Amino acid sequence: MPQTQAYEAPRTLADAVRLLSTDGHARPLAGGTDLLVQSRATQKLPSTFVDLKRIPELVGIEVGPDGLRLGAATSAAVICEHAEARRLWPGLVEAIGLLGSTQIQGRASVGGNLCNGSPAADTTCSLIVNRARGVIAGAKGERTVEVERFTTGPGRTVLEPGDLLVALVVPRPAARTADAYLRLIPRSEMDIAAAGAAASVTLDERGVCTAARVAIGAVAPTALLVPAAADALIGSRLDDAALRRAADAASAAARPIDDKRGTAVYRKTVVGVLTRRAAGIAAERARARP
Amino acid sequence: MSTATKTFEHVGTRPIRHDGLDKVTGRANYGADYALPGMLHGYVVRSPHAHARIVSIDTSAAEAMAGVKAVVTGSDIPKTNAKLVMGEAALDLGAMGDNALAHDKALYEGHAVAAVAATSPEIASAAAEAIRVVYEPLQPVMNVDQALAPDALILHDGMVTKGRPKPDAPTRTNVALRMELTRGDLDKGFAGADVVIERTFTTPMVHQGYIEPHACVARWGEDGQVVVWTSTQGHFVVRDCCAGILGIDAARIKVIPSEIGGGFGGKIPVYLEPVAIALARKAHRPVKLVMSREDVFRASGPTSGTKIRVKLGAKKDGSFVAASASLYYEAGAYAGSPAGAGAMCAIAAYDIPNFLVEAYDIVVNRPKVAAYRAPGAPAAAFAVESVVDEVARRLGKDPIELRLQNAVREGDQAAYGPEFGPIGLREVLEAARCHPHWKAPLVPQPGRKVGRGVACGFWFNAGLNSSATVSLSADGSANVVTGNPDIGGTRVAQALMVSEELGIPVERVRPIVADTDSIGYNDVTGGSRVCYATGMAVIEAARDAQAQLRARAAKIWDVPVEQVGWERGRAIALNGASGREPLTVSELAAKLMHTGGPIIGSATVNAPMAGPAFGAHICDLEVDEDTGVSRVVRYTVVQDVGKAVHPSYVEGQMQGGASQGIGWALNEEYVYDAEGHLQNPGFLDYRMPVASDLPMIDTVIIEVANPLHPYGVRGVGEVPIVPPLAAVANAMHDATRVRFTALPLSPPRVLAALKQRG
Repeated sequence: MPQTQAYEAPRTLADAVRLLSTDGHARPLAGGTDLLVQSRATQKLPSTFVDLKRIPELVGIEVGPDGLRLGAATSAAVICEHAEARRLWPGLVEAIGLLGSTQIQGRASVGGNLCNGSPAADTTCSLIVNRARGVIAGAKGERTVEVERFTTGPGRTVLEPGDLLVALVVPRPAARTADAYLRLIPRSEMDIAAAGAAASVTLDERGVCTAARVAIGAVAPTALLVPAAADALIGSRLDDAALRRAADAASAAARPIDDKRGTAVYRKTVVGVLTRRAAGIAAERARARP
Repeated sequence: MSTATKTFEHVGTRPIRHDGLDKVTGRANYGADYALPGMLHGYVVRSPHAHARIVSIDTSAAEAMAGVKAVVTGSDIPKTNAKLVMGEAALDLGAMGDNALAHDKALYEGHAVAAVAATSPEIASAAAEAIRVVYEPLQPVMNVDQALAPDALILHDGMVTKGRPKPDAPTRTNVALRMELTRGDLDKGFAGADVVIERTFTTPMVHQGYIEPHACVARWGEDGQVVVWTSTQGHFVVRDCCAGILGIDAARIKVIPSEIGGGFGGKIPVYLEPVAIALARKAHRPVKLVMSREDVFRASGPTSGTKIRVKLGAKKDGSFVAASASLYYEAGAYAGSPAGAGAMCAIAAYDIPNFLVEAYDIVVNRPKVAAYRAPGAPAAAFAVESVVDEVARRLGKDPIELRLQNAVREGDQAAYGPEFGPIGLREVLEAARCHPHWKAPLVPQPGRKVGRGVACGFWFNAGLNSSATVSLSADGSANVVTGNPDIGGTRVAQALMVSEELGIPVERVRPIVADTDSIGYNDVTGGSRVCYATGMAVIEAARDAQAQLRARAAKIWDVPVEQVGWERGRAIALNGASGREPLTVSELAAKLMHTGGPIIGSATVNAPMAGPAFGAHICDLEVDEDTGVSRVVRYTVVQDVGKAVHPSYVEGQMQGGASQGIGWALNEEYVYDAEGHLQNPGFLDYRMPVASDLPMIDTVIIEVANPLHPYGVRGVGEVPIVPPLAAVANAMHDATRVRFTALPLSPPRVLAALKQRG
């Protein structure tokens, strides 16, 4: 593997953006749990590793009246220990808790998981159903993008050369709202999802679903928001029949491929099962909320 | 010696292994840990094609690069017809050399075609990219059906089917061997059966998955003396293979084994060592070669994918009257699958009057298979034990009861030939039947189905050749030296044997694995033979030392040696010499230099026979019928080991074999695309079980003494991988009522079958 030329650890966002926009072969480094593995696999190192973990805006969790602001390089382990985040977004935090192993959790970040652009990324579906937006800094200033529009294909995102994902912002959930995420892996851990599904539901005081979002992963070139699945839930009491209709909508929306991780037929089927179960868990959680 | 009444003082205890602390604190040195001054780093160029003729290799650009010190290709490895005898098998050194560096054809994706040695790993890999290999790609032959097709491409011109080819067998063939075992009258046998079940099974190619990749360092001295440091299951075999492949005298090669991070049979052949020696010879510098994980999957030896047809006939009362089986095993690129061993094991557990078992060894464009824990037996047992399960269900019989009814016993002639001596199959089955697991109710979790399966397994175990020395120090401590790399806790077992014979505490016995120049010949660590055969050499060497100690006591006491006995680590006076205080080992050792000098006990063992062994496994499996995901929730291993010298490591072997077998049953498989490119050469997508996938595996040790061994040891390592494939599949049937005939039972396959069932 060729030797990398440089390692930089800027302390300001401006310095990081400058380093990334002046050298097209520089790569941002958060936890490195994808980047270093890919460098080893392809035997190609970037010209410069730009370590983001010393930039204040990139690291940390804030939960306020407006919701959650998650520094893009914050490690999964830190997020999973945040009691308030876990209470408000149980599905999202569970998804974050699925990244890698216990050791990997100490490094892996949600921002990195998103920027890696994998259709099977465990956190993406949960971010989507929670209406998360990515805050992007670039040479031309700052902008925000909905997470469902962030990835554009396997390994591809809306990030332009020199752009940097700074944070993810998630609005505070409405009353009687909760989320859930489930993935299918053949083993119990240390695996990549063959399919994944996240759901967020909002109930009125009578238990009728007034808002819902469903997203599915690993069954298309990007994670997909599935409005038809949400429509199947809205207006119902999230009974079995409604959950099954959502499952069918999710299966119908899936466009999976055959590969070493599962057949297309299999993925199309189980993404519906996961959707039904995730929506069911989200419903249980929402019913338990004041 | 009768072991029925033998009691032990040290054997059967559970001391901490001598190599344990170094391993858990990271100090143990494995294959890739060695480095020498001036050492070069090698890189192997591998074929991107599964099947191709090598038209030309241009190494000039690589050789011209700064820092490149040597480049080798197949032309540096002589073609040879030499064979290396290993027990009843023989290693084909010509094929092994061609596998190390291809001469004319690349026979699988990842086949080594050239290698570079350079002053850094980066230069070596850059130089490897500069080597221009021109291939003429050929259609790959990827499985048994393709290899047997009438228009199949032939991998090796001139291959003829050895053994007992069928009279109508084609002359141009990919079948390297056909063998058969037969007894009685098959037609008559089936005609008398009330129930006949016939099924065809398939199992995928799977890898042993040892944690440590292959790695070695080779040095070629200016005097032509060669030293190799390597991770291997048998350094004497590495020495003899390298000598035969490279055409140099074995006496000129010294092989020093490292600690070994798993082998399971896969570290018996040589891959890197001849190449490293050839590079070191050209470069006049030591050369290190290390496989990546991808290299290990693509280019070391997994075990065969198989297709097996089994037909079994039984009377209403449950007695088996006839069986036939045809076993087709993928050998990979060169002849030598374990089809024959699979055939010999297939029905070994049962007394069946009429049978025909045939086996085919078939070459395909996949890596050449290597041994994998009871090679050949697990796939055969998967097929036979699934059919036995089905017969039990058809007859409404308890599956353990049916097996007991047909189980072989002492005095029966084994299906594979010899007459069984004392064996423990019935004891194993009785223990399984009495185990709380077998009687526990099955309680599914909500939304899940749960089932229970049972299966038997058999393995021959091996004897072969071993050497050992026991040397005593003046302080009364001892060294025990053998030549078998320790992959299963054999060192501590050997130390316990010395303790038992000489009465020295086990922590004062240092067990050593010595290099090829420092101990007599030892066959490989394999065949579950080390605790048995090398253990016998250790016991005999300790007894030799003990005899010398008695002679020293006789000298001290000035009595004839016949009047000195040995008891609990002390020389004691007998008969005429009575009245003298016993002398302990330490007391005798302190006087060594005044009573005749150092003491070394030594022994060599040539053990053509071993103690065959059986196991029975019980598996509880839970299935999510909506997703096809299953999980083993309870698992029990019962096995006759003869005598457990160190019970913790015996139990560890039983648990480890079961774990590997469960992985084979549930998720492991080589996945190839249509062009023969391996799609999952890594632990992420080659799905071995992780710790959280498995329950604690219960073990029950049965000890039916092996009369060939002074303590009754049979060997333990291989039997436990034989039953799990069928035990898991039988549990899956119990849970879902679907008889799965193809492994692995991965979620997509299970869900598809459940949908078909409706």
